[in-house]
Amino acid sequence: MGDLQFEEVSLRFPSESRPAVHHVTGQIHSGEVVVILGPSGCGKTTLLKMVNRLYEPTSGQIFLDGVNIQKLKVTRLRQQIGYVIQQAGLFPHMTVAANIAVVPRLLGWPKPQIQARIDEMLDLVRLSPGEFRHRYPAQLSGGQQQRVGIARALAGNPTMLLMDEPFGAIDGITRTALQDEILRLQRQLKKTILFVSHDVEEALRLADRILVMRQGEVVQFDSPLTLLTQPADEFVYTLLGADDMVRQLGVLPVSAAMTAIPPEDHNGARPTLSPQDNLREALSLILRTGAPALTISQAGQPVGLLTLERIRKLAVGKGGTPP
Amino acid sequence: MSYLLSHPGDLLALLGQHLGMTGLALAIAIFLAVPLALLVARLPWLNIPILGSLGVLYTIPSLALMIFLVPIFGLNATSVIVAMVLYAQVILVRHLSVGLAGLDPDVMAAARAMGMNLWQRWWWVQVPLVLPVFLAGVRLATIVAIAIATIGAKFNAGGLGKLLFDGLQTNRYDKIVAGAIAVAALALAMNGLLLWLEQLCPGPGRRKSAPGPPEPLG
Ligand SMILES: Nc1ncnc2c1ncn2[C@@H]1O[C@H](COP(=O)(O)OP(=O)(O)O)[C@@H](O)[C@H]1O
Ligand SMILES: [Mg+2]
Repeated sequence: MGDLQFEEVSLRFPSESRPAVHHVTGQIHSGEVVVILGPSGCGKTTLLKMVNRLYEPTSGQIFLDGVNIQKLKVTRLRQQIGYVIQQAGLFPHMTVAANIAVVPRLLGWPKPQIQARIDEMLDLVRLSPGEFRHRYPAQLSGGQQQRVGIARALAGNPTMLLMDEPFGAIDGITRTALQDEILRLQRQLKKTILFVSHDVEEALRLADRILVMRQGEVVQFDSPLTLLTQPADEFVYTLLGADDMVRQLGVLPVSAAMTAIPPEDHNGARPTLSPQDNLREALSLILRTGAPALTISQAGQPVGLLTLERIRKLAVGKGGTPP
Repeated sequence: MSYLLSHPGDLLALLGQHLGMTGLALAIAIFLAVPLALLVARLPWLNIPILGSLGVLYTIPSLALMIFLVPIFGLNATSVIVAMVLYAQVILVRHLSVGLAGLDPDVMAAARAMGMNLWQRWWWVQVPLVLPVFLAGVRLATIVAIAIATIGAKFNAGGLGKLLFDGLQTNRYDKIVAGAIAVAALALAMNGLLLWLEQLCPGPGRRKSAPGPPEPLG
């Protein structure tokens, strides 16, 4: 559930000469996190808003789980798609609890179930129900508002989440924490997430695949690693900063560079990482601790060794070449 | 004051007339103002002609306006009530359209995106958000209407103004004082009542930044 397909989707606003979105085709798989990345004004928001029919395409079709969304009742469609925007868009006259209860109420859930759901959602986004249930949005920090925004979007148990630069107005540290939260929720709930961003670091952190847009068109739709190592054109190369080695290391897992542990190795007190961590973290750990190598361990068992020399070799070898 | 105490029956009758006129005028004014303000919010080009002409109307002194209305509606309460409706109209439409225009487009987009239909967006979001501004308008319009109704006594409309004008004509200071006190007390009471209603509106109210005490949820 939560399979989304764009087929030749275009939208031209009546007042504009150029289409805001032009012949977009692509498939987003169930449970995938796709980040729509591109410079401001390239049509990211417009594309997103066509999924919950806040905008209607001038041509082309969108299918949700194989069903043309035009065939669905629009309120019904929207109730099964969570939507999170930059300023959270919380209802200022409703408490946090009432905000979260909106979609369950629209879906006609029984009252006790809604009340339980409110607490469940607050726990999920790590806000204590006792403390936050009865607050109004104006009594929350930006980061807390955004957490409530996410809780509200998830309350009706949607198959899909649309997020339009949700952390755009949030300070760096809180932003990273919220990105981690999204990754955690994603592992836990397996929703399909379509996430708009103009921040490359954010896209690389979150995305299974990145849909790169420019002037309404899709330039490339690939995994972060492919985008960095095989950019389709000069635009993708510069946008992604593919010449940035450190950035590349950020999308490569430690397992790509580790070597077997030599038999006579005694492990010593080397710093430790897991095979799923990325090479950027590994590099940072080596530089910070001054250790010559890292032990890679899985579930408490050492499984490999990672040296600075191996990281360097891999980075040079993978070098994102301009097309 | 002594007049008020010695003639409670007269006073109640006049108060009843005063409240009746004010209530009727406000009911009609609200009934007209809501669709008018919604129209202005939907079609922004109507803003200048509608709010403009209402603004001009507001600059005409109430006494002059009632004199204009007498040839049409006669020397009676109708002329006074029509004048009250017109004045209240200016205040209500202005407040309501300012309130509607001040709705955060992100909040309205969120309401739509969550799958609320037109009716739910109106009752769950627009009405509660605009209500405090609207009630402030109703409060102001009520005060103005009470004042106009007082002058209305000159036009055979009755009401508490009758005490004032009768007193002036017969040099009865006790009547003048009684009338003035009664009108002022009525205006203050209505102001307090409507202010209280405004504060009943949900939301953190004026203490926006302060973390207020938790409120029970139904
Ligand atoms: N409601 C609208 N009416 C007219 N033009 C619009 C509207 N919304 C967006 N546009 C135009 O469409 C283009 C894409 O906008 P948008 O999708 O918001 O870009 P992004 O989200 O990538 O910054 C821009 O040129 C913008 O000016
Ligand atoms: Mg945008």
